[in-house]
Amino acid sequence: MTPGDATPDPRRATATIDAIYRTESRRVLATLIRLLGDFDLAEEALHDAFAAAVEQWARDGVPQNPRAWLVSAGRFKAIDAIRRRARFDASQLDLALQLELKAEPELEDAAVEDDHLRLIFVCCHPALAPDAQVALTLREVCGLTTEEIASAFLTATPTMAQRIVRAKAKIRDANIPYEVPEAADLPGRLDSVLRVVYLVFNEGYAPSSGAAVTRASLSEEAIRLGRLVVGLLGDPEAMGLLALMLLHDARRAARSTPSGELVLLEDQDRSLWNREQIDEGIDLVERALKSGRFGPYTLQAAISAVHSEAAEAAATDWPQIVALYDLLLRVTPSPVVELNRAVAVAMRDGPEAGLAIVDDILQRGELTGYHLAHAARADFCRRLGRRDEAVTAYQRALALTATEPERCFLERRLSELGWNGP
Amino acid sequence: MKYVCLVYGEETAMRELPDSDCAAYARSLDESGHLLVGQALQGVDTATTVRVRNGRTSVVDGPFAETKEQLAGFYFIEARDLNEAISIASRIPPARIGSIEIRPARELDVPS
Repeated sequence: MTPGDATPDPRRATATIDAIYRTESRRVLATLIRLLGDFDLAEEALHDAFAAAVEQWARDGVPQNPRAWLVSAGRFKAIDAIRRRARFDASQLDLALQLELKAEPELEDAAVEDDHLRLIFVCCHPALAPDAQVALTLREVCGLTTEEIASAFLTATPTMAQRIVRAKAKIRDANIPYEVPEAADLPGRLDSVLRVVYLVFNEGYAPSSGAAVTRASLSEEAIRLGRLVVGLLGDPEAMGLLALMLLHDARRAARSTPSGELVLLEDQDRSLWNREQIDEGIDLVERALKSGRFGPYTLQAAISAVHSEAAEAAATDWPQIVALYDLLLRVTPSPVVELNRAVAVAMRDGPEAGLAIVDDILQRGELTGYHLAHAARADFCRRLGRRDEAVTAYQRALALTATEPERCFLERRLSELGWNGP
Repeated sequence: MKYVCLVYGEETAMRELPDSDCAAYARSLDESGHLLVGQALQGVDTATTVRVRNGRTSVVDGPFAETKEQLAGFYFIEARDLNEAISIASRIPPARIGSIEIRPARELDVPS
């Protein structure tokens, strides 16, 4: 049964509703939040609207415009709910009347897309705590349950629920408006949205702790969000971020062995890379670079694209990668970028050149607690045949790393150097 | 909606800021209808903290909390929403050297 098909068939109606729930529920919610002015009321209304759809669509067939039907049903359910509450609390009656008087607007697709974008900007509002922005975005924009978000971030469900409740309370009490920022504020506010999307992706791609190398569903959600923002705003840096995520995610199958051990980029079986995703990523990077209005995400994506274009590790265009790191360092100076550049320099000019840069960073007192700085130093020393220095640096890296796959990798390197444990 | 913008900064740095800048901004906020009331404050060395415990009033010299940044003044404003309040707060001159805390006003929960 397709929308508009009036022949009732309960089983097919249920399947259609499931499909519509997946594609439409977040858009319907976004519009209901605007109409009702309240997250919790809108969520309840969304739930009630779908419950009504299950009953009515099975009987009468799926309406011509299911999205408009759901918004309208949700709005009436909310007015009903407020009227019921008004029996106990007279102040609610005003609210119900106001909602009824607000003429129901013609629900145009453009308005729905605006609502969707409004929801993203509210959830990623910089006046909310960063971890609350992430939680709220996954809950409201992606439709994940609180339990799913809690388990993805290895947090107790009540803690995560509390975080979401507090964020919604701040939106209400501080009166954070349900709007897309004005053009003048857009760049800063978009940064915050992109940061949330990238955080979600990274938590899925390289979890800060725990056993799994990828928690694929979070990465998928982040890519979906990235597509949404690109589709709605067409901003070059949003394209750059989407490209970066697609290019990294394309290597997922090659990134770890079946037993969960980490495989370095240079050792990966490149035939396992997802070519379609890489092509899409490269296309996006090129479009973002051509705009001339790109930032750090686009540059990182460009670096990733250069790797993706090499048929084998030995064919990597390292001078190009170093040049991109030089640009990145100018846009966002940071010791972590310097470290990554050092690795590229070592590939272009040899390990000695890389080691000099890393030692310079460490001597400034920066990244001394960052396991990858010591792992890079260890690798340069190993390649230079300075075994004892390599062992010491690997041990330091091992002491600082929290994830299991990285520990295994470092232990393997240590045993290759003939070091058999303390 | 009403918000209070609390202006914090290091007192020595704040003294560098010309009063005329702050006065001009307050005047522009008043003209646009956003300013309900605003007030700069004397330094923390003039502060007195009062507490009542078990019916006894204790009075001590100094501010409530000893921090690097001190409360230097406040603006009580009317703004459409938090975004407008942020935009107003970002143009308060001391925002460039100190920081502005925005707090929504709360109506006391009493029967009218």
